[in-house]
Amino acid sequence: MTRAYVSADMASVALGADAVAAALVARGCDVVRTGSRGLFAIEPLVEIEADEGRIGYGPVGPDDVAAVLDGSHPNRLGDVAALPFFVDQQRFTFARCGITDPLSLSDYETHGGWKGLKAARAMSPQEVVSAVKDSGLRGRGGAGFPTGIKWQTVLDTSAPEKFIVCNADEGDSGTFADRMLMEGDPYCLIEGMAIAGHAVGAGHGYIYIRSEYPLAIDVMQRAIERSAAIVAPFTLEVRVGAGAYVCGEETALLDSIEGKRGQVRAKPPLPAHVGLFGRPTVINNVLSLAAVPFVLSEGAEAYAAVGFGRSRGTMPIQIAGNVRNGGLYEVGFGITLAQLVHEIGGGTASGRPVRAVQVGGPLGAYFPPSMFDMPFDYETFAAKGGLIGHAGITVFDDTVDMAHMARFAMEFCAVESCGKCTPCRIGSTRGVETIDRLIAARDAGRAPAPETVSPGLAKALYSRAPTRQLTSLEAETAIVRDLCDTMKYGSLCALGGFTPYPVLSAMDFFPEDFGGEPAPLANAAE
Amino acid sequence: MAWTGEIDLGTPAPALVTDKMVTLTIDGQEARVPEGTSIMRAAALMGTSIPKLCATDNMESFGSCRLCLVEIDGRAGYPASCTTPVAEGMVVRTQTDRLTQLRRGVMELYISDHPLDCLTCGANGDCELQDMAGAVGLRDVRYGYDGATNMGQPKDLSNPYFDFDPSKCIVCSRCVRACDEVQGTLALTIQGRGFDSKVSASQNEDFLGSECVSCGACVQACPTASLIERTVVEKGTPEHAIVTTCAYCGVGCTFRAEMRGEELVRMVPWKDGKANHGHSCVKGRFAWGYANHQDRILNPMIRTSIDEPWREVSWEEAIAYTASEFKRIQAKYGPRSIGGIASSRCTNEEAFLVQKLVRQGFGNNNVDTCARVCHSPTGYGLGTTLGTSAGTQTFDSVMHADVIFVIGANPTDAHPVFGSMMKRRLRQGAKLIVADPRRIDLVLSPHIKADYHLPLTPGTNVAVLTAMAHVIVTEGLVDEAFVRERCEWDAFEDWARFVSDPSRSPEAIEALCKVPAADLRAAARLYATGGNAAIYYGLGITEHSQGSSAVIAIANLAMATGNVGREGVGLNPLRGQNNVQGSCDMGSFPHEFSGYRHVSDDATRQAFEKDWGVALDPEPGLRINNMFDEAIEGGFKGLFVQAEDVVQSDPNSQHVAEGLRAMECIVVQDLFLNETANFAHVFLPGSTFLEKDGTFTNAERRVQLVRQVMSPKNGYADWEIVQLIANAMGLGWTYTHPSQVMDEIARLTPTFAKISFEALDRLGSIQWPATEANPEGMPIMHVDTFARGKGKFVVTEYIATDEKSGPRFPLLLTTGRILSQYNVGAQTRRTGNTAWHPEDVLEIHPLDAENRGIREGDLVALKSRTGETSLRAKITDRVAPGVVYTTFHHPQVLANVVTTDYTDWATDCPEYKVTAVQVSPANGPSQWQEDYAEFSRRNRRIATELEPAE
Repeated sequence: MTRAYVSADMASVALGADAVAAALVARGCDVVRTGSRGLFAIEPLVEIEADEGRIGYGPVGPDDVAAVLDGSHPNRLGDVAALPFFVDQQRFTFARCGITDPLSLSDYETHGGWKGLKAARAMSPQEVVSAVKDSGLRGRGGAGFPTGIKWQTVLDTSAPEKFIVCNADEGDSGTFADRMLMEGDPYCLIEGMAIAGHAVGAGHGYIYIRSEYPLAIDVMQRAIERSAAIVAPFTLEVRVGAGAYVCGEETALLDSIEGKRGQVRAKPPLPAHVGLFGRPTVINNVLSLAAVPFVLSEGAEAYAAVGFGRSRGTMPIQIAGNVRNGGLYEVGFGITLAQLVHEIGGGTASGRPVRAVQVGGPLGAYFPPSMFDMPFDYETFAAKGGLIGHAGITVFDDTVDMAHMARFAMEFCAVESCGKCTPCRIGSTRGVETIDRLIAARDAGRAPAPETVSPGLAKALYSRAPTRQLTSLEAETAIVRDLCDTMKYGSLCALGGFTPYPVLSAMDFFPEDFGGEPAPLANAAE
Repeated sequence: MAWTGEIDLGTPAPALVTDKMVTLTIDGQEARVPEGTSIMRAAALMGTSIPKLCATDNMESFGSCRLCLVEIDGRAGYPASCTTPVAEGMVVRTQTDRLTQLRRGVMELYISDHPLDCLTCGANGDCELQDMAGAVGLRDVRYGYDGATNMGQPKDLSNPYFDFDPSKCIVCSRCVRACDEVQGTLALTIQGRGFDSKVSASQNEDFLGSECVSCGACVQACPTASLIERTVVEKGTPEHAIVTTCAYCGVGCTFRAEMRGEELVRMVPWKDGKANHGHSCVKGRFAWGYANHQDRILNPMIRTSIDEPWREVSWEEAIAYTASEFKRIQAKYGPRSIGGIASSRCTNEEAFLVQKLVRQGFGNNNVDTCARVCHSPTGYGLGTTLGTSAGTQTFDSVMHADVIFVIGANPTDAHPVFGSMMKRRLRQGAKLIVADPRRIDLVLSPHIKADYHLPLTPGTNVAVLTAMAHVIVTEGLVDEAFVRERCEWDAFEDWARFVSDPSRSPEAIEALCKVPAADLRAAARLYATGGNAAIYYGLGITEHSQGSSAVIAIANLAMATGNVGREGVGLNPLRGQNNVQGSCDMGSFPHEFSGYRHVSDDATRQAFEKDWGVALDPEPGLRINNMFDEAIEGGFKGLFVQAEDVVQSDPNSQHVAEGLRAMECIVVQDLFLNETANFAHVFLPGSTFLEKDGTFTNAERRVQLVRQVMSPKNGYADWEIVQLIANAMGLGWTYTHPSQVMDEIARLTPTFAKISFEALDRLGSIQWPATEANPEGMPIMHVDTFARGKGKFVVTEYIATDEKSGPRFPLLLTTGRILSQYNVGAQTRRTGNTAWHPEDVLEIHPLDAENRGIREGDLVALKSRTGETSLRAKITDRVAPGVVYTTFHHPQVLANVVTTDYTDWATDCPEYKVTAVQVSPANGPSQWQEDYAEFSRRNRRIATELEPAE
């Protein structure tokens, strides 16, 4: 019986993988549903087990199955791992994803699973924490805080109980690494959490998954059941979000798990001291926890050996948007945006010139091609007014209107704001309104006539608050910049605090879209 | 100009108290504060106010308004000073150009979604948003007013006392947090998110229809006019404030009476109040409008027969008539034919003067007080076992309790401000045992769940408490070291033998009490072994034929487990009325002088005789119920009743009425024509607590000043009226101020030796005993030894009450209170509180209702061996099958028509809590109700010039 591998990853399914798998079953194949290899241009991908290894075909549809089985299909890819997209990747975290049956314990073990946990359990908690510190692993959720130091704090805080919380509320548009890992290699995350539990003395963990990920929820729940005996006495459970982006913020996430309205907490106290249900809590992103088994099994040095500057190890980068080769690309820090967009991504899907990329999700900065020589590194991006965030890269071609993208950033913040702090709650809405006026002024090509406040909300008799007399590009631009300053430095959490990044970067690097002269830097670089 | 709000330090003192002090620099000035203090509080303590809107010092910091940002050397960004704790050597700047820029940016956003009607706003001059706009120098709102807005939303005017205007809300969540953290009702939330975030009561209901209990914490917390007292909207902001003590329950909250001239604008709970710490309930905070109610009687009235209408007369005539009648009666029927009833609602000074009038002027000991009908068993029980008649703790002590045992009390309704504090401790994780026939809110409410609810059959307290003792003794859970050192060992051994008898085990009494034996055992183990265990009890313990035994049983439990004499433990009787502790302390009982000293004690009596210059009767006088009995017998003919409505509040109303009818002169002093006044010959209008000086003593023995905030509308404070009567009877009193009365009390009462108005003013309050050894009072009693020396265990044999259910009266009625009403309702029925509880209803279990064909809201007849009344039914499983429950706040129902003459064996405290009754559908009021309504109408007539007396 022919054995075939077809991804059950939701992205692959969206591209038709289920129909392909059904057609293979109808042909009498033994179909193993895996996670995704991570290159969506070749999905739905079928890999046929042969003597020389797995032979890939993709993309294929259900009607192509006969040709795939007799080896005649034109989209024969051969050894998928040897494709240019894969050959230079450094898959520390996603080593098994796309290859193994996600829920097969034997597959997991055969492919190096549980080695990290066994190694960790042979060590003292402090030794495990030290190893994570030595690896240089930093929080992959976006903040880049050293994971080992966070663990050390929890280890050093004495309490009758502690918790491990995995943030799997992957809400950034254009990001999907957490989902791919949970759908494609759930035991890797479980192993990472069990190691964390051993390291800090926590007995129970929560995986908080957004409700928009039904397959990830299902796979994780089943994986937790099947691996319970292996990770015992450590226990785990899945909590499902309720659709709020802000619950990806770690303290809002804790409130949500506690059954409260998901609202950001002020820090201090840090969750490492007073976290879930008031107990010391390690809260890490999926990718941070999933990197830990490698650190323990292969050693901190092996992990720290790759990377750039203070950004050590690998980053599963997600390439999306208007790009030819969208997908997941895990590689050591230091790769440039130019490599990622042009070489690996293959330029835009539309074939038009690349005009901008947004790095780090909807709260990340927009960069023009003139800045594509930046290495992928926390500090470099921060110095340029940007952030790596969850390492999502969204590509735009030259039809993009950056003023509209700035508006989108404010709109996103307005829709997703929890409403706790004033800069985010009111500022994002005022930001949308102000940019709308700015765009109107730009499109009118001139400053419109003076405009007065609508009479419906007349001021008090003696109020000296001025009517808003003039809408001009300059005035509105000044208001947007002042607002960004208030939001960036005044907001309680990163949602309001980072919304200015896309807005200001769009204004700074693409001034021509805001009625100004093109930026000299952009001209010079081209 | 005198009016200012209280200083707000922004955040509370650190929760975790350490000795460590931290030194830091704020704006170039050195500050030294305890570790864990916020930067905001540290700055406020040295007089530097950092702009803020969401922070206030009675709730945890929240960090949402972003006005309090500061610069800290070596730290990135602009941390919020409310959420950032101080650190050693920290250098903080609170005012820089950069901070001003950021704060203006935030303020500009706030004002872009806020009406600009400051000059006509109810909070004008008392608005933190307005203050902050000034403080940050906001001069321009560049966003205009044509964008999205939350303005223009309809106001919620459903609450009788405050308005909610969502248009003025700045979503600081202070109201929500006040409801959560301060009150603990969790009725408010923020609905929606982002720009659409809105304060919502329960599930987006109006405030009145929601779970809101109208405690006022949210209104107090609101920094704008979004939640505002209607009186402030109507009258304007106050111009001065006077601190005084609430005249409702025994918690003894202190309030700032905020005034405009002699007009009260609002009552705001005082942050420095030792009992309430800035919190309040719907009664004290809002229900003071009765002071101006049209029903209030302001002129004295007399009549020779109760069948005549009242005739308004001058004070001189009324007082002269009173004195002449009392003298006439004594001349005709003997010196012991008259007496007086002191009030638990009046001040200590007034209670003292009433008993002095009786002892010195009437020449007998016929004085009693309403404590007779509530906490007299506490006096007997705690006096016998520990040596003194009072609770052993402060209220704050509950914050150190690990196990809280509530029996026969309903703090969230009857002592709501203390109930909130208890709930705060429970939310922190203290364990809870509730023994009550009814599922009170503490059993199960948001974030509160009793570990054990023991739903005992009414009347079986002693059996249950003794069974708990059985478990503690037989399972070896006694704190033997404590008992050996602190208690009489022989008495303990007798008691231990007694409770160990298998007939007193939980299993043996399970059928009787209806409490599962396993739960009872578990509760006993928890009480004995759960750490600091504190007992809180109320009238559900005392108002039984075995009330005194139950108090003793409670004391036995506490002594056996070593839970007396330190923080977090003890015995805490929750006193019903504002000054019931005080009126007892003042010697209002027929057998005791002030300080609980028996009238037969020669030394004590001689001290009084010397001071008062008369010989005093060494024989105890008549108790209230004996007065009525004696009146019917013909030997008791005259009564002075100060601020107490015996017809409505005492059991078996028809018997009370019969006693009153038999008297020749009844003098009632009250604010209103109460039910007792229907039988009176002289009515002397009383003054409210707002209109006089004096002191109240709360349930934790805390003596606090009551300060006059307006002149008496009736012309005299109550103490002055007593003096008028005394002097008309020839006693020659010369008090010019109540402080002189307190000086006399201190002179004659060892436990009050160091109490004076001057000391109270200086210290804020004093918990008696205040003696040479403890001049500032004693918060916790029995620390090293018991007041009586060694604690005494007393055997408590359970004896069932004679009031038994049977075929004719198959249900057991028990009575209680509700949050919004107070006692006989004379005050609260004349306020907006009737919005929550317009009438007394009968709670009945669905099974019992169905068996009788009773539906929700039906009028039902409630009939006992004593009487019958009709009221509406409320079907609920809060009560167990076989048990019905009602309140006694409304004279239309007069629930005490059905209660019986059975009383506590030791103190004659009536058995209000157990009456065998039958309930059946009714067509209308009972015959008794109709007759009484007609009688009441006739007997309240006041003759006017136009309508000559009939």
